[in-house]
Amino acid sequence: MSRTYTLEFERPLLALESKIDELKQLSGGAAVDFTDEIIKLERKAKKLQAEIFSDLSRWQIVQLARHPSRPYFLDYLGQLFTDFFEIEGDRRFAADRAIVSGFAKFDGQPVVVMGHQKGRGTKDNMLRNFGMARPEGYRKARRLFDLAERFRLPLVTFIDTPGAYPGIGAEERGQAEAIATNLEVMSSLSVPSVSVVIGEGASGGAIGIGVTSRILMLEYAWYNVISPESCSSILYRDASKAQKSAEALKLTARDLMGFGIIDEIVKEAPGGAHRDPQFTAENVRTALRRHLAELSQLSPEQLVRDRYRKFRAMGVFTSEE
Amino acid sequence: MAWFSKNKKLTAASDKVPQLPAKGEVGLWKKCDACDEVAYTQDFERNWNVCPSCGAHEALPVRRRLEMICDRGSFEELDTDLTPQDPLGFADQKRYRDRLKSTHKNTGLKDAFLSGVGLVGDVPVSIGCFAFEFMGGSMGSVVGEKVTRVFDRAYERRIPAMVFSSTGGARMQEGIFSLMQMAKTSAALHRFRSVRKPYVSVMLHPTTGGVAASFAWLGDVVIAEPKALIGFAGPRVIEQTIREKLPPGFQRSEFLLEHGMVDAIVPRGELRAKLSQIFSLLG
Ligand SMILES: [Zn+2]
Repeated sequence: MSRTYTLEFERPLLALESKIDELKQLSGGAAVDFTDEIIKLERKAKKLQAEIFSDLSRWQIVQLARHPSRPYFLDYLGQLFTDFFEIEGDRRFAADRAIVSGFAKFDGQPVVVMGHQKGRGTKDNMLRNFGMARPEGYRKARRLFDLAERFRLPLVTFIDTPGAYPGIGAEERGQAEAIATNLEVMSSLSVPSVSVVIGEGASGGAIGIGVTSRILMLEYAWYNVISPESCSSILYRDASKAQKSAEALKLTARDLMGFGIIDEIVKEAPGGAHRDPQFTAENVRTALRRHLAELSQLSPEQLVRDRYRKFRAMGVFTSEE
Repeated sequence: MAWFSKNKKLTAASDKVPQLPAKGEVGLWKKCDACDEVAYTQDFERNWNVCPSCGAHEALPVRRRLEMICDRGSFEELDTDLTPQDPLGFADQKRYRDRLKSTHKNTGLKDAFLSGVGLVGDVPVSIGCFAFEFMGGSMGSVVGEKVTRVFDRAYERRIPAMVFSSTGGARMQEGIFSLMQMAKTSAALHRFRSVRKPYVSVMLHPTTGGVAASFAWLGDVVIAEPKALIGFAGPRVIEQTIREKLPPGFQRSEFLLEHGMVDAIVPRGELRAKLSQIFSLLG
């Protein structure tokens, strides 16, 4: 795949890889045999990649989660689901393209599926509003929650948003109310539900489609109450200190697994999901399949009770007079 | 007693005409931030921090609010043992655990929320109220747990629930735990709905962020105090995003009422009577 955008810490690896490509091309001419050299360099590249990725900072993970080549919801939808029928209407005000939702089949079984969708390139990002949904997006999602419940369909959501859109119209039309309602509606569902954080999970805009029985997270995704930039602009009045905030907020999949907030970390391709979207999507498939199978064993009452207990237990405090 | 708390040199014995206090200064006199009129502090406080001249609503400390709303002496505070922790080991210029300690020292509160039960017009109600004076009324694990218990108690006792919000939203120092309180409180609220008792949400100045986007906007009845700032995103964030000045009155109670986003604006002086009316109508 073509990579037009490179993260700072990916550079040494990509330099090595382009050298390997060069040698391979020269070998194609067959004048000189570089096979040994190529094997050696490939081994070196693999080792370098392992080195870089074994010790990523939280800020580097945030950057990977935002990588412009990172697979988005529609990429997963295309690879993991069939027979997709999109539901675009919120029946209230407008179609919101920052959330895509509808019915589809997963492993041959009908489900309700939805996700935040970021754009690729300027024009697409205008359409998708950079993955920042307005109240219409959340109200459309709410319709789909109701439909999932009525037709007894499992619900799968993909979270990838820098936040719910902070704009005049969004406020006028009740952004907070729309998200709040979703939290309550989702907490009432008696069908299996799984959310997967595939990129950015920023605050209310993320959890607005995230109150599910299981919460999965890709290895290099982040999920938190605030973005590192917003956090540092509040704390330091300086958005450029985001690196510091990312560390303090403890927002990675590994952090959240340690806190007992999420249920599984889904492995990405070596070097990040963008290096091999198919491989990463297959890992998501395997995890989804397992969690949906487990949840399908539970009665509607158990599903409601287990999810209630799951969220009821979240929080850290002591009881001392 | 000093004339003005910040001007100890003036005494009551002085026969000179007292200087007018500077804006916002509190002592025997109180100058209104909104209209510049001067009133006796005692009158202002007796009026529940509402300016007797122009009706501007200033912040009302959490305990005073409960005193105002509940039948005399009927509020019983519960969950007083809940104490915040520092699950992230969070630090900015100050460590979060130190910030909690110093805020506790300054406010006498352990966290930004009081919960308990009280009578409102003889009706027992499960009550919660934010303390904006504690870290901007932000919601972390303790606040989320207390809100949840307000709904749990209302559910168990089959009585109405009521929450007064004044908050900047979720508390970033508790990261993902704060975010999850939105889901936790909304789930508890949902369970409470089955007893068919009313939940009244009163939004005070300001109510934004993760609290607005969870239980605060889920009231069977949503009431706002006059001119309160209410919304999802703060005005500064919106201005930065759209690169425009916001229109006057944007995100204020009156604006929200016009847009159908709240059910009633009730001045503080009428709040107790109106709440009592709702409970008598909805039980
Ligand atoms: Zn005044």
